[in-house]
Amino acid sequence: MIKFDNVNKRYPGGHEALSGVSFHLQAGEMAFLTGHSGAGKSSLLKLIACIERASRGNVIIDGQNLTRLKNRHIPALRRKIGVVFQNHNLLYDRTVYDNVALPLIIAGYHQSEVGRRVRAALDKVGLLGKERLMPITLSGGEQQRVGIARAVVNRPPLLLADEPTGNLDPELSREIMGLFEQFNQVGVSVLIATHDHDLISRLDHRLLTLDHGRLARDGRTTEMLHAQTG
Amino acid sequence: MRGALRSNGPLAILPLTLTLSPKGEREHTEGCIESTMSDKAKQKPRGKINAYFTHHLWVLVSSLGVLWRTPLATLMTAAVIGIALALPAGLHVLLQNVQQLSTGWEGTAQMSLFLKSGVPETRIKALADKLRNWEGVAEVRYISREQALAEFRAQSGFGGALDSLDENPLPAVLVIRPTAEAAEPAQMELLLGKVQKLEPVDLAQLDMEWVRRLAGIIELGKRGVLLLGGLLGLAILLVVGNTIRLTILGRRQEIIVTKLIGATNAFIRRPFLYTGFWYGLMGAVLAWLLVASLLGLLSDPVSRLSFLYNSDFSLGGLGLETVLILLGSGIGLGLLGSWLAVGRHLQEIEPT
Ligand SMILES: Nc1ncnc2c1ncn2[C@@H]1O[C@H](COP(=O)(O)OP(=O)(O)OP(=O)(O)O)[C@@H](O)[C@H]1O
Ligand SMILES: [Mg+2]
Repeated sequence: MIKFDNVNKRYPGGHEALSGVSFHLQAGEMAFLTGHSGAGKSSLLKLIACIERASRGNVIIDGQNLTRLKNRHIPALRRKIGVVFQNHNLLYDRTVYDNVALPLIIAGYHQSEVGRRVRAALDKVGLLGKERLMPITLSGGEQQRVGIARAVVNRPPLLLADEPTGNLDPELSREIMGLFEQFNQVGVSVLIATHDHDLISRLDHRLLTLDHGRLARDGRTTEMLHAQTG
Repeated sequence: MRGALRSNGPLAILPLTLTLSPKGEREHTEGCIESTMSDKAKQKPRGKINAYFTHHLWVLVSSLGVLWRTPLATLMTAAVIGIALALPAGLHVLLQNVQQLSTGWEGTAQMSLFLKSGVPETRIKALADKLRNWEGVAEVRYISREQALAEFRAQSGFGGALDSLDENPLPAVLVIRPTAEAAEPAQMELLLGKVQKLEPVDLAQLDMEWVRRLAGIIELGKRGVLLLGGLLGLAILLVVGNTIRLTILGRRQEIIVTKLIGATNAFIRRPFLYTGFWYGLMGAVLAWLLVASLLGLLSDPVSRLSFLYNSDFSLGGLGLETVLILLGSGIGLGLLGSWLAVGRHLQEIEPT
């Protein structure tokens, strides 16, 4: 589903955010991406959604090489990827409902179907009662969950999340992670960037660790605990 | 709130969406690249075409709603467009009226054929009969040399001078009055060429120089209106373009977010295009109202004046054709202006 082949990302300023990153995430797999702040986690996710382009190497998503992807094909790529953004990226002059409905409207779904799907997605993240509210009146954690609902409402085969539990307390964080695991169990490939080690060490998934733009470790979350303690 | 978060088993997630196998029936969206992710049935979402039009209608209405929320700003933009459209449209209507008035006068146009001296009267009468059968000729009047002399004597007061001449110096004249259809400068010119070649004719003259000059002036006026219209059209493009540009900048964040979610450029462009459409339409309707009320104000005095001149002329209004052109060019300019602005500024707004 996601294949990185010796990928470098150098920003215009000259800073190399990623260097020589290679890994392969199978379809239906779930993995965590971790690393210190500035390690390049967000940059890696941005390469997958074609928000940034690799400076060198190949990023292949669902069989498509993004290096050669034409600009006009980017929208179709992004519709296959649900993204939970680190900074939410909600529309603050639209209701919660409209925010979550946006991917469906873009994809051209019928109004009645939009309504059903939006309510189902909001129900899953526990915000069904708040669909008529403006995002600005919600807490940070609630806004995060609106972002999650929007990311999954279109049933994307690939789900990316950048610090999805950044604003949530431990209990809610666990519930959100459980939600991602549920998506994964029905076949969605999931990649989550986080530095919440406590949380992921209790789960058993693949773990990619970035260190100054290099892939320092590719193992399991369960090993991380040993690595830290040992 | 967290109590509301359900986590009851994998198959309960998004009951209407994700419980189904995600590989089983993922929908294809228009313009979507063929992916290898796909043992997917290429099933279209229900009523997708219908949804497409519903969406267009929704954007059309909602963009009007957005304009409605800032009535003063909207009205000002529409008024600028309206005035810019009303000016050439109003001038065009006035020119049309002048032209119509002058076609009335073309009926008084006539042509004088001065005949060579020494052509016998019988031949002249035969020629007059022949001319009467020509196409475009309504009436032929024969003025013999004697009649011409008598008329001249009566009108000029130079009778004494004529008496001192041995011979009548005036030629016989045939006066041709053209039919209404032929009383038009180009056709008169054609007729003139033909009669000039007739053997007994010494000189043929058109007594409608002033009508031709007026036609020339009207032609010039039409060019002027066209030129003015072109310039003002350009101004409208700039006004709409700039207004849309500001709207785009104001909705920068929205554009970025929708791009991140996978909106195509066409999708993002749509509300701005419809906004341009509304500006153009409102401007055109305003221009229509302006010109119509202007004509309304003028129509009474014009009727009174033409009554004094024993004419039944009355000011013609905006014809259907002019109204359609007005609406068409308003909408067209609105769309084009926003298209240019969107094309120019949408590229610059990319998520990072
Ligand atoms: N648009 C950009 N232009 C220039 N440099 C950038 C840009 N975005 C990120 N960087 C740099 O790239 C490096 C990696 O950034 P990135 O956002 O990927 O880190 P991160 O792992 O997501 O960090 P965090 O955990 O704080 O979110 C940082 O040093 C950052 O300064
Ligand atoms: Mg980050």
